[in-house]
Amino acid sequence: MSEINLDEMSNEYFDVLKELGNIGAGNATTALAQLMQTKVDMSVPRVQLLEFKDLGEAMGGEELVMAGIYLAIEGDINGSIMFLLEKKAAKHLVAKLMGMESEGDDFSEMEFSALKEVGNIITGAYLNSLSSITNLMIQPSVPDLTVDMAGAIISVPAIEFAALGDRMLMIQTQFFDEMVLDGFFILIPDLDSYGRMLAALGISL
Amino acid sequence: MGVEIKVGMADLKVCVSPDSITTLGLGSCVGIALRDPITKIGGLAHIMLPDSTMIRNNSNIPKFADTGIEELVRQVTLKGASRARLVAKIAGGAQMFGFGSQSETVRVGERNVEATKKKLAQMRIPILAEDTGKNFGRTVIFYPETGDFVIRAVGKQEYKI
Repeated sequence: MSEINLDEMSNEYFDVLKELGNIGAGNATTALAQLMQTKVDMSVPRVQLLEFKDLGEAMGGEELVMAGIYLAIEGDINGSIMFLLEKKAAKHLVAKLMGMESEGDDFSEMEFSALKEVGNIITGAYLNSLSSITNLMIQPSVPDLTVDMAGAIISVPAIEFAALGDRMLMIQTQFFDEMVLDGFFILIPDLDSYGRMLAALGISL
Repeated sequence: MGVEIKVGMADLKVCVSPDSITTLGLGSCVGIALRDPITKIGGLAHIMLPDSTMIRNNSNIPKFADTGIEELVRQVTLKGASRARLVAKIAGGAQMFGFGSQSETVRVGERNVEATKKKLAQMRIPILAEDTGKNFGRTVIFYPETGDFVIRAVGKQEYKI
């Protein structure tokens, strides 16, 4: 099997990743709607292969405060997955889920763990669809949550991509309930897992 | 007032007082500021990985601590800074997520800081100040006029080193 090169990706391969992103995000939206017991719509996800210097802007600015949920994955696919949501949107989600608005700008301990659970469910739904399409086993770790500048959070997956090449694959999805929630998925399989994922879909490199 | 020059991820730039130079939202990456206090010429690099020799695809010079620092030194001296007078300040290298483990990936911030210090020591460039590690993101602004390295973080007062 030849080695994946994210910098010189073929259109066919990119389309496959795009489609996987679409399906994953769709599943995540359904899971979110069930959790909130409300209708949640989703825009067609935007899949972008971005240079590192353009990442901040793509997320709305490096200093925009966001919530980032990060999980390690193991099994047939190894690597990690991240889901990012603007802080305001995260506050809104948690308030709806708990049925009350909290005071102030920050998250209470309870809101923090509720948000972690939301992230867990969203990324879990995403991984589930990936797993059933590819028939590969994916085992996620316990999620970890941080609220900080977008640039600082994104540096973590960006560094993992940096070991492979000079660009990062990011899937942006807009969810709508009463407000527009801008969410970002970043799946970071290691090099071997990329190959396994594509092979499982019958695509040769 | 000078212009504020922006440095992206895996990027480096040089500037002369009264201009300043900034990089936004450093996480596990490290920001390395160099300055010649006499000519007030400075530069800032935003590196992502510790070691270019560990990676096969390593042509992106500013991405790595070792090659990034070499290139930053080359560019500031080209601009007129004295190689012998160069001093450094560094920030970043946070561990944004815990995972409750000591895995290599999670510790990359720490390894970036170590590699940065090693390279600067090797090139005999003294580190005057640092604000590294911990678990939060940092925006940095470097002023070659004074040598101030201003740091902004979420929920904290702005401070300088």
